[in-house]
Amino acid sequence: MSGLVHETSGVEHQPIRGASGLRIIYKKLSRNKAALIGGYLIVFFVIVSIVGPHLTVHDPVSVDYSTRLLAPSSDFWLGTDHNGRDIFTRLVHGMSITLYIGFLSVLIGVFIGVPLGIVAGYYGKIIDTFIMRCIDVLLAFPGILLAIALVSVLGGSIINVIIAVGIFSVPGFARIVRGSTMAVSKLEYIDAVRALGATDLRIIFLHILPNIVSPIIVQATIRVAIAILIASGLSFLGLGAQPPTPEWGAMLSQGRSYMFDHPHVALFPGLAIVSVVLAFNLFGDGLRDAFDPRSKA
Amino acid sequence: MIGKELLKVNNLKKYFPIQGGFLGRTVNHVKAVDDISFNVYEGETVSLVGESGCGKSTAGRVILRLEEPTAGEVIFNEINMTSLDKANLRKMRKDLQIIFQDPFASINPRQTVAQVLEEALQIQNLAPAEQRRSRALELLETVGLAPYQADRYPHEFSGGQRQRVGIARALSLNPKLIICDEAVSALDVSIRAQILNLLKKLQREFSLTYLFISHDLGVVRHISDRIIVMYLGRIMEIADKISLFENAQHPYTRALLSAIPIPRPGRKRERMVLAGDVPSAIDPPVGCRFHTRCPYVRDNCKEEVPQLRSAGNMAAGHLTACHYFEEINSP
Repeated sequence: MSGLVHETSGVEHQPIRGASGLRIIYKKLSRNKAALIGGYLIVFFVIVSIVGPHLTVHDPVSVDYSTRLLAPSSDFWLGTDHNGRDIFTRLVHGMSITLYIGFLSVLIGVFIGVPLGIVAGYYGKIIDTFIMRCIDVLLAFPGILLAIALVSVLGGSIINVIIAVGIFSVPGFARIVRGSTMAVSKLEYIDAVRALGATDLRIIFLHILPNIVSPIIVQATIRVAIAILIASGLSFLGLGAQPPTPEWGAMLSQGRSYMFDHPHVALFPGLAIVSVVLAFNLFGDGLRDAFDPRSKA
Repeated sequence: MIGKELLKVNNLKKYFPIQGGFLGRTVNHVKAVDDISFNVYEGETVSLVGESGCGKSTAGRVILRLEEPTAGEVIFNEINMTSLDKANLRKMRKDLQIIFQDPFASINPRQTVAQVLEEALQIQNLAPAEQRRSRALELLETVGLAPYQADRYPHEFSGGQRQRVGIARALSLNPKLIICDEAVSALDVSIRAQILNLLKKLQREFSLTYLFISHDLGVVRHISDRIIVMYLGRIMEIADKISLFENAQHPYTRALLSAIPIPRPGRKRERMVLAGDVPSAIDPPVGCRFHTRCPYVRDNCKEEVPQLRSAGNMAAGHLTACHYFEEINSP
């Protein structure tokens, strides 16, 4: 037996603590050009949302009719809107609102959806049936309609939009987490820790949750894009951010009236929404591929 | 027999419901384990053998209550496991451990080997926090791994080494009984021998009792004291190793034994080849489970369920479930 101890002693590795998995993910991600661009754009947007508002020279909300509906120029980079405000300044100030809505609503979705999914997938049977039928009810509403209904009940404000979009993203998380939980619970190492006498809480938090984070991260990234889109849609319909808040969806909606004579008023907020949504989608898709063990490193 | 009865399995049944139809009603059952009873004595190795799907693994899982039994009881060390509540069952679990077949699936890929072992000690509160590490290293040495490997992740080990980790985890709680569920089936032949020898060595050192679940008669012959042959959820024959290999009574056991290859060219064993496949466990044959494939089948076999019984020419404790084994085996 003693000879066996050195079975692998020819290859001396340094012990790696958890890093190996992340390193592989990073490697795969860095080969995916689209995902990289998405990732860099997200970093760029976050920086803009933090630093940007301190660098702009115009005021995002004060009305000045002398500069009404001006075309893009060196003074007003992206032109001005019908109230004479600089569109570029408003976009930069709106960036933090957009990200705030995106991240917070997804966080709500994660905090409600993940526990529901784990409980349903782990305990199964009647608990699973009950939770998943409730989720099905939520899913049966078209997403935007559900959000509209919630916002019209709660009243139009950014916080309510976040809550509405958050609840709207619960089913997606619950379903994905339930599936992954069921797959992981059937593995032998879960039986092994159960045979050691582990409690359900220990099994869920220490053995199931760490093994299902990757689908949750991927889903969260893609969900941010959807949340931003829906929030913009609600604001566009006048249910979200109220004027004069420089929210992109609201800006798009206001620009609609001047679309034919002054297209820049609607065009630039629209492009901003597209670029943020695209960045999150590209990055999310890249993450999904990178987490997929079948894809090559 | 050797010591006292450690494990008593009485009329154990496990039926898995099959749900179907629009409302997901239970339409039928897979009768994975159907009324089996046996005892395991302290210090011995009992093997459960049979083809895939005969219920041997399910039996192991039900004994550990990883699956809830449909009926019957499991009495371990004079405590009825089947009636324990969750909290008491968790305490009880330290006496019964399991080693799984697949060394790649049976360890959490996100834990280092030391974490796996320390967690086991923590769950059963067997060592204070500051001693867990040294105990884990000690366990690694016991199973033939080196302490410097303690901070490695499972993917950095070979299959045989992982199986050693699985054995160390089972040992960490100082169990009385270890269920080895196809513990060596996934390993290379050379590694298999090493692991079997390790299991034997540990049995001597820690006076362990094994319930060894396997389909490999060669392995079973190497390690067991007694052997239980299962077919379609029922026990066909129970005997000590020598009686079973030298004096098998049940036609199914004889068919199984005749399938063991002889590692000598030119020498041929008289093969007893069974026709057809194992019937479905959803609708198992009435009467003797084996009657659809038995070359000696008679009318009575299709109606009456044979009970385990003995006869004069058999060693003590040798039981077989066949109506006609005396006639079949008389020369």
